[in-house]
Amino acid sequence: MDTPKTFNPRDWDTQPAYIVPEYKSTLLRGPTKPLIPIAQSLSELTGPVYGHDVLGALDHDLTKNGAKDAAPQGERIVVTGRVLDENACPVPDTLIEIWQANAAGRYIHVVDQHEAPLDPNFFGGGRCVTDAEGKYRFYTLRPGAYPWGNHHNAWRPSHIHLSLFGPAFATRLVTQMFFPGDPLLDLDPIYLGTPEDARGGLVAKFDIGVTEPDFALGYVFDIILRGSSATAMES
Amino acid sequence: MALKQTPSQTVGPFFAYSLTPQQYGYPMSSIADGAMRDGDTQGEAIRVEGRVFDGEGAVIGDAMIELWQADAQGRYGHPADPRGSNSNFTGFGRFGTGTDARSRFVFDTVKPGVIADGHAPHINVAVFMRGLLTHAYTRIYFSDEGPANAADPVLSKVPAARRDTLIATRSGDGDAVYRFDIHMQGTQETVFFDV
Ligand SMILES: [Fe+3]
Repeated sequence: MDTPKTFNPRDWDTQPAYIVPEYKSTLLRGPTKPLIPIAQSLSELTGPVYGHDVLGALDHDLTKNGAKDAAPQGERIVVTGRVLDENACPVPDTLIEIWQANAAGRYIHVVDQHEAPLDPNFFGGGRCVTDAEGKYRFYTLRPGAYPWGNHHNAWRPSHIHLSLFGPAFATRLVTQMFFPGDPLLDLDPIYLGTPEDARGGLVAKFDIGVTEPDFALGYVFDIILRGSSATAMES
Repeated sequence: MALKQTPSQTVGPFFAYSLTPQQYGYPMSSIADGAMRDGDTQGEAIRVEGRVFDGEGAVIGDAMIELWQADAQGRYGHPADPRGSNSNFTGFGRFGTGTDARSRFVFDTVKPGVIADGHAPHINVAVFMRGLLTHAYTRIYFSDEGPANAADPVLSKVPAARRDTLIATRSGDGDAVYRFDIHMQGTQETVFFDV
């Protein structure tokens, strides 16, 4: 990052709208007035810097970081991919925070009252940092689906929550990674709140090459952050 | 552009044990919390506190607020700011509204300086919560910066009738406390920016 650039705006053909009536909580919480565009200044072109120094030894391994006296129950997976910008340039040394339900679909969060078992050996939170090529990798368990109160018989598809900073406050992203072929995807108002053409960007790909023999199924999930427009880079 | 941006998704109701673990009492370290300064940080100590309201005026107890700000000299601790910062200050804070009896967010920080001529002191804010599929950006300006606010290029783009939603009100005789409430909807809907 030598010189300040400007970032492309959020692509509203790709990003979900604030009000999605089928997702009931948006009705009273999503802003209703048009966003006011502002010119990017250092306020938007800078952002929090967190890198390898914030990582604990087991932060990237959710199969171990909550284990007390045994391994957690569930199907082990490895999730890897690259963080890139829209120009396919890698985003190096950026923090990814992750959290998820356990294999039974239960979060350790005290507010989660789903009547599925907690796993005393699974915490469900972790972190990793991209390398110089924007690559990241973490180990975890495939999270279970869980019910929620949005509508009758509503179930969230299996998903992993991810939070990224990228190079600036403007590139901040909180998203969710879903699993391919999940029959709940087409019934999930949160997933469906994203424009149809962009939904594929939320679904990981199974990859036998990433799968580790006798250990864990492999999924690849690339994350695309806002990039800099070519014009700004030339100036 | 070759690639499409990954869509944003809601932070959901269960973020706290990973994003704000220490504040909520979970056994994991936090990368940031509401204590943005310590004894070594240069600048005027201030507190910024407020609440988040939904479209029916109900207080929201599962929001997460992030602040990003310059140090007291208007410098960002980030490589894109050529001046850097040597104020013992990262400039980043994060707080969930789920631990306070009144669902407040509370940040102990320093008053930011001016980042460039003509700009008023401000704090950049990102708002996350269940029911918000994409985080909302807003800014905190300060009630005791009237002339600077009047000249600020961002505030000037906001319709005059809505500018008050961006101005934190100073109170407290000794320590400066700024109150900044966020209204997601309604007649007082906070101005949110397309950053
Ligand atoms: Fe979830």
